[in-house]
Amino acid sequence: MKKLITAMVLGSVCAGPVMAELTFPSLSYRTGPYAANGIPFADGYADYFTLINERDGGIGGEMINMIECETGYNTEKGVECYESTKGEGALLYQPLSTGITYQLIPRVSADGIPMHTLGYGRTSASDGEVFEWIFNYPATYWDGASVAIKYLLDENDGSLEGKKIALVYHNSAYGKEPIRTLTELSEEHGFELMELPVDHPGQEQKSQWLQIRREQPDNVIMWGWGVMNQVAIQEAVNIRYPMDQFIGIWWSGSENDVRPAGDRASGYKALNFHAVGDDFALYDDLEEYVWSKGLAAGAGDQAGTVLYNRGIYAAMIAVEGAKKAQEIHGVTDITPAQMRDGMEQLEMTEETMTELGLEGFGPTFSASCSNHGGSGQAAINQWNAEADSWEVLTDYIQSDQDLIQRLVEEDATAYAAENNIERRCE
Amino acid sequence: MLYREAGDFKTSYGDDSQTFPIKLDRWAYWALLAVALAVIPFIVNDYWVNAVFLPFLIYAIAALGLNILTGYCGQVSLGTGGFMAVGAYSCYKLMTAFPDVNIAFHVIISGLITAAVGMLFGLPSLRIKGFYLAVATLAAQFFLVWLFNRVGWFYNYSASGQISAPERTLMGFRITGPETQAWATYLFCLVFVIASAWICRNLTRGSMGRKWMAIRDMDIAAEIIGVNPLRAKLSAFGISSFFIGVSGALFFAVYLGAVEVGEAFGINKSFLVLFMIIIGGLGSILGSFLGAAFMVLLPVLLKNVLVDGLGWPTDLAAHLQFMISGGLIVLFLIAEPHGMAQLWRITKEKLRMWPFPH
Repeated sequence: MKKLITAMVLGSVCAGPVMAELTFPSLSYRTGPYAANGIPFADGYADYFTLINERDGGIGGEMINMIECETGYNTEKGVECYESTKGEGALLYQPLSTGITYQLIPRVSADGIPMHTLGYGRTSASDGEVFEWIFNYPATYWDGASVAIKYLLDENDGSLEGKKIALVYHNSAYGKEPIRTLTELSEEHGFELMELPVDHPGQEQKSQWLQIRREQPDNVIMWGWGVMNQVAIQEAVNIRYPMDQFIGIWWSGSENDVRPAGDRASGYKALNFHAVGDDFALYDDLEEYVWSKGLAAGAGDQAGTVLYNRGIYAAMIAVEGAKKAQEIHGVTDITPAQMRDGMEQLEMTEETMTELGLEGFGPTFSASCSNHGGSGQAAINQWNAEADSWEVLTDYIQSDQDLIQRLVEEDATAYAAENNIERRCE
Repeated sequence: MLYREAGDFKTSYGDDSQTFPIKLDRWAYWALLAVALAVIPFIVNDYWVNAVFLPFLIYAIAALGLNILTGYCGQVSLGTGGFMAVGAYSCYKLMTAFPDVNIAFHVIISGLITAAVGMLFGLPSLRIKGFYLAVATLAAQFFLVWLFNRVGWFYNYSASGQISAPERTLMGFRITGPETQAWATYLFCLVFVIASAWICRNLTRGSMGRKWMAIRDMDIAAEIIGVNPLRAKLSAFGISSFFIGVSGALFFAVYLGAVEVGEAFGINKSFLVLFMIIIGGLGSILGSFLGAAFMVLLPVLLKNVLVDGLGWPTDLAAHLQFMISGGLIVLFLIAEPHGMAQLWRITKEKLRMWPFPH
């Protein structure tokens, strides 16, 4: 109740006239079947912005105004959120939903507002020549698929000939993304691909796992989100599928996904494109400027989880993009178009990350006019139930860029032809 | 006192059977039409159109369609989401196959295709009724969603399995695609809504509507007095599906622009539209509009009041919104089991007497 009153008072104070500030909407979901994964991300995203405001007085002296809007992972609500926030001078959208991303790609392109889909969304949007306003670095779904197969190749002495690999996926635009790459890779490496779709929201997977038990695939790859992850891992445990042969994409690799299955979830692997844990200098600042002052978003209990870190990573890229934009254009009160330039010339180096207190947090990459997809590297993490933590198994693995570039080019060209877009950057 | 019929003389049969027998109602109706057609298009912005008017208008068409089937003809259907998907996918296939034809024709033809599909799935209604029919239409819902997810031809083999509306115009104005004008999409949908409501009203008070209602009230008695159940039920399925198909096509092409069948047209959509007509009023044109307004606009209103107005956390507001909507539904149904349309009818009766009730 006290919190409620505080929030109300804060709300009425904040409702006063706004000064020039940088607006970053947060299209979050703290309710519904995807909330378990949506909450930590939204908290991390909000906390990083609070830290920048509290510690640095904003970006280049301009305070950040984050508007949160609840989408419930629902596209209709996503549209409402987009329409209600775009008028407030939104600089960058991060919808955290592939479905909403598809919805917003034409809209943000028409309105000229950049959108960053951090490791999700439409893979071919990494072609900046066609998708001027969309960014999806540091890695895309096709990178993820390629990295997973590369890792399996490594495990199997370089050959997947005659192996059987099952793909358990969320039956939506999100889950269908990797199929194209995996089909290509299965032809190249001679493995058999089994496709097992799971319908929204993913609580019902008995038949899929029965099929896995019957066919005994050598590996299972999963593209899941929300409640589907927990159910899948529990089902895998139930049929006694060897957990170390089960690999999830980076959206299927948070604590919330593995904890419900208990000890037997140990050994489950997942991709990731940033570091785990809270052993970073930035966390000390978060403690000092945000949490100890009672400014933490949500319940404040998500710090250090995989998805909280990812929220921080997303906000960090937004802030760095804004800094870059201010630097290029020499103004502090940037417009969405200037923000796009900043995002496009963003360079993520070891030095930058160390400076920010996030040493070795993610892969290094640099964006350009034509490359909006980053370097395409991801590492494999493994769950250790006893230690209750994710362990990093490998270094960042580079995806098969030749194959992915070819596929991206194909898909982006088709999109450009469909929508009469001319390639830029030449 | 204010709301009265004294002095409003009916001198012809036409006058006697008009839709709005009370002068005040007629004025209100024409004033509403004038505002909707001639004032709102000049003042709407993107937010109002995309978050408020388009969903309201489109769901109103779907509710009108389902009301014909369930409210007037008494056939319970849980296949609304599936039939909306048929409309959306037909519209997509037509838009991509015939890019030069204007979008209005695509929407109408999508409605006709849905009508055919609806009649096909309406065949079991000749043998079964009530809950059993509801289950049969539920099968339609799941089958259609599965079909559009499964068969690549329906989504032109796109990698994501999504369909997205290309830019199409009507008389040179963009109606679909990202660069539309707010007023153009609003007027386009409004014209469909007005036409649908007008057609529905006239169908339901004509001989066809009487046959439907006879079937609804007692099918054996209806058969004995000469109503052909085959024709009555199938026509209800066909016409109802036509409107649902039109609303599905508009939902995809004009409102969202890109849909994914499982998420946009799942079982939840069927329930949503069914709740609309139950809360609005079964067997009432006005009820379809009231129900759509209640289910679509209330969440947006609550969100605006709680989050933007009071500054409450978004998750708290979202949870409260469920509770308030749910509570109001229960309250409405206790206060008036026949829906908001009946509530309005009773209010009107009372207003006629006011301030001197007998």
